[in-house]
Amino acid sequence: MLHDTNVKTIDKVVIRFAGDSGDGMQLAGNIFSNISAEEGDEISTFPDYPAEIRAPQGSLSGVSGYQVSVGKGVHTPGDEADVLVAMNPAALKTNLRYLKKDGVIVCDGDSFTPANLKKAEYATNDPVAELGIDPQRIMLVPMTTLLKSALADSGLDQKSIMKSKNMLALGIVCWLFDRPLESVLKKLQAKFAKKPAVYEANAKVLRAGWDYGHNTHSSMPVYRIETAESRPGLYTDITGNTATAWGLILASEKSGRPLFLGSYPITPATDILHELAKRKDLGVKAVQMEDEIAGVCSAIGASYGGHLAVTSTSGPGLALKSEGIGLAVMAELPLVVIDVQRGGPSTGLPTKTEQTDLMQALYGRNGESPVCVLAAVSPTDCFHMAFEAARIAMEHMTPVILLTDAFIANGSSAWRIPEPEDYPEIHPHTLPDNRLEAGWKPYDRDEETLVRYWAIPGTPGATHRVGGLEKDYKTSVISTDGENHALMVETRRQKIARIARDIPRVEPMCAVDSDTILVGWGGTYGHLLTAAQQLCEEGTPVAFHQFRYINPLPENALEMLKGYKRIIVAELNTGMFADYLQMQLPGKEILRINKVEGQPFLVKEIVEGVKRLVSEN
Amino acid sequence: MENNEKQGFAPADYKNSQNARWCPGCGDHAILNVLHKAMAELGVAPHDTAVISGIGCSSRLPYYMNTYGMHTIHGRAAAVATGLKTARPDLTVWQISGDGDGLAIGGNHFIHAIRRNVDINMLIFNNKIYGLTKGQYSPTSDRGTVSKSSPYGTTEDPFIPAELCFGARGNFFARSYDVALDLTREVMVAAARHAGASVVEVLQNCVIFNHGIHSSIIDKENRADHTIVLRHGEKMLFGENNTKGLVQEGFGLKAVTIGEDGYTIDDVLVHDAHAKDNFLQQQLAMMDGHDLPLAVGVIRDYAAPVYDQEVDRQTREVKEKKGYTGLRDLIMKTKETWNIG
Repeated sequence: MLHDTNVKTIDKVVIRFAGDSGDGMQLAGNIFSNISAEEGDEISTFPDYPAEIRAPQGSLSGVSGYQVSVGKGVHTPGDEADVLVAMNPAALKTNLRYLKKDGVIVCDGDSFTPANLKKAEYATNDPVAELGIDPQRIMLVPMTTLLKSALADSGLDQKSIMKSKNMLALGIVCWLFDRPLESVLKKLQAKFAKKPAVYEANAKVLRAGWDYGHNTHSSMPVYRIETAESRPGLYTDITGNTATAWGLILASEKSGRPLFLGSYPITPATDILHELAKRKDLGVKAVQMEDEIAGVCSAIGASYGGHLAVTSTSGPGLALKSEGIGLAVMAELPLVVIDVQRGGPSTGLPTKTEQTDLMQALYGRNGESPVCVLAAVSPTDCFHMAFEAARIAMEHMTPVILLTDAFIANGSSAWRIPEPEDYPEIHPHTLPDNRLEAGWKPYDRDEETLVRYWAIPGTPGATHRVGGLEKDYKTSVISTDGENHALMVETRRQKIARIARDIPRVEPMCAVDSDTILVGWGGTYGHLLTAAQQLCEEGTPVAFHQFRYINPLPENALEMLKGYKRIIVAELNTGMFADYLQMQLPGKEILRINKVEGQPFLVKEIVEGVKRLVSEN
Repeated sequence: MENNEKQGFAPADYKNSQNARWCPGCGDHAILNVLHKAMAELGVAPHDTAVISGIGCSSRLPYYMNTYGMHTIHGRAAAVATGLKTARPDLTVWQISGDGDGLAIGGNHFIHAIRRNVDINMLIFNNKIYGLTKGQYSPTSDRGTVSKSSPYGTTEDPFIPAELCFGARGNFFARSYDVALDLTREVMVAAARHAGASVVEVLQNCVIFNHGIHSSIIDKENRADHTIVLRHGEKMLFGENNTKGLVQEGFGLKAVTIGEDGYTIDDVLVHDAHAKDNFLQQQLAMMDGHDLPLAVGVIRDYAAPVYDQEVDRQTREVKEKKGYTGLRDLIMKTKETWNIG
């Protein structure tokens, strides 16, 4: 079918769908990334949406975007798009800056009405000229006209017809990238199983889009994307938030402890609550409490009751939960706190991404209040790290804060469904029967790990009280003794520090023998890895490591870092992890690359930053 | 759920070896002893019982129990108790809070635990003052109360715990006072037997910072005329030798002396704690002990769907209906998957 078109084979491609919040751009982008994953591509997606649910139609503030990268060696949704799909003049204006210089634009020509141009604040009636776009690189598709003629006999009203405009755009994109329409149709059929008329309309429009591309623009390059060589197995697509929820479910299965979530809706973490609420079908109890504080406190109650207890939130909610987390530190109860970081401070940028809660997670409580802090590096890694958070919480009787962020929480990737044997059994530190006979006290500890025992209510002979007041190290009763307090503070600190024995050691990647190491943590992994690989290719060899275990750091982390002349930390804040490392590496200057714009890094920002720092230091 | 079959526990089985560290003469001592007795009467084993408290003098109570227990953080006892009971409906869960802990900093959790109707027994020790922080006015302090934080008298009106409970659509409300040992035990047992959130307000005397705050109503010489003990199905009688009664007058209540002004025993209302409509119960609960006697005993006890049981039932039903064997099975059956070989 491609004999009359100019086919270009490429490794990976980046497409950005942009339109009004109600234009269905997320759906179009999502379908495109999923069918690509089924073709064997690696995928990475980035939904970029405004805080307003429905801003005024056609306005600059109401534009939402969905960027997807598919192909081989895909670790990020891409810095810049090869193709921009813009559904109106506002989307064109706000998203042009995300397009490569030689990128292609698909735009709804019918949307260039005087009213829309005014709403998008154009000075002239020719957006293409006004924005300086090369007319050769833009396909102005009369989408409304095409829609109306495709659906003339459908009997649908005007509003319903306009709703399928996203499928017209998707049809054109499928033509452009040589994607089979059959896979899209299968997805639409599943989505509209109960509305056959809507399915028929969407299918018609999708074909109309494909035909339009094929018939009228055969001179534009059609891309054939190289497929990646992935690890064999069964795959599905997954977002970070769903992965987080599923990792917790697996931890519940592997530990035999029922899963309880106490939560409160907050962007961008709410999808974890949504997913776990649905998972009543797996026996999960997910309750929506009256506020963030009740979310963490109900989880603490459930934890005392012997459940794998979780609370999910974002930065402002973590602030509200801090006293509760302190209680779990003092009562030494297992608790998983998920913080899907967003732009702050205060309400900040609720739908945008940042890594600015690191210090809050590490230190944001009264008193000496150490907790274990972890970070997930990608949408699929959320699964693994949620499992790890639950494992460490239950095996070490401590709160664990897992940091993800809006970027990886909403982004999706193809995910290899783990085989049952891929994950170990979890052994919660419950009270063994023989301990009870020996005259057990609630703060008795394992001498090696300093972990106390979890005595579950309902167990005869193990009744006990815990709480926020300091306890005597030996007798477990309330104590205000100064020396005892110092001992308990040190014990709680050591207990967290000794988790280092129970987590993987660090192994840097890329040019490990270089004198420079690029370091990151959490959700910037894809960008940093791509940058490190590019730097190696471009003659600036660097080693690279992305941290997932933040507190404690892996046992060999500081030694490993000390081996490098230059340590460059790149992060989406003003230097929190760099400061954290600096504290532990006195005399060693930590170099920094920082960004706080509510957006992920661009690979080129890191590449340029590293080159500059290497030449200056 | 709350199996009341006597299993042969004595009050001492619920008491631990710690000496209660409240001030001598504090009303909390009496309430603690009565709670041990009420638990023995209920017969739920100490290891199937959990007592959750917040912060304040009264919230030290779990440390003097031989049950499971947690002394949590200020105001959050109801939220912790909700989580524990929802996770573990098989346990009997008690929540201990004072007027500051339960109604000021914990006010939000208080009303929502009641609204949800989670099966916890919420004891509010009301002494109308902050004791542990040494004498500030509380959300139940009367207008004009002089305290360390209101040296010229408060300029705000108090909450009436019963009114909050009814406002949150509560299904169980009872009231007693610290020195009424038998009555307190009786209402605690009734609260525990009620399935759903039950609120018990115990008027309690703080000997140090608010001594005698309830005296004009509950002291021996005043209580006959200033309180009325309500029991379901019984006439609303009070006064020395039960010579007085409550009758309906218009939409309100009126205290009368039987045999005077043409009122007979037949005019006196019969208490219906089980009525769904809470209009009369609320009027009874709002009597302040001055114009009309303060109502003690079980004022409302209405059976409604219980949150933790409903969560449990729904979870079991959905799980059974879908029949997934685990996460992997669910993914295979609900997600589009593809093989890469």
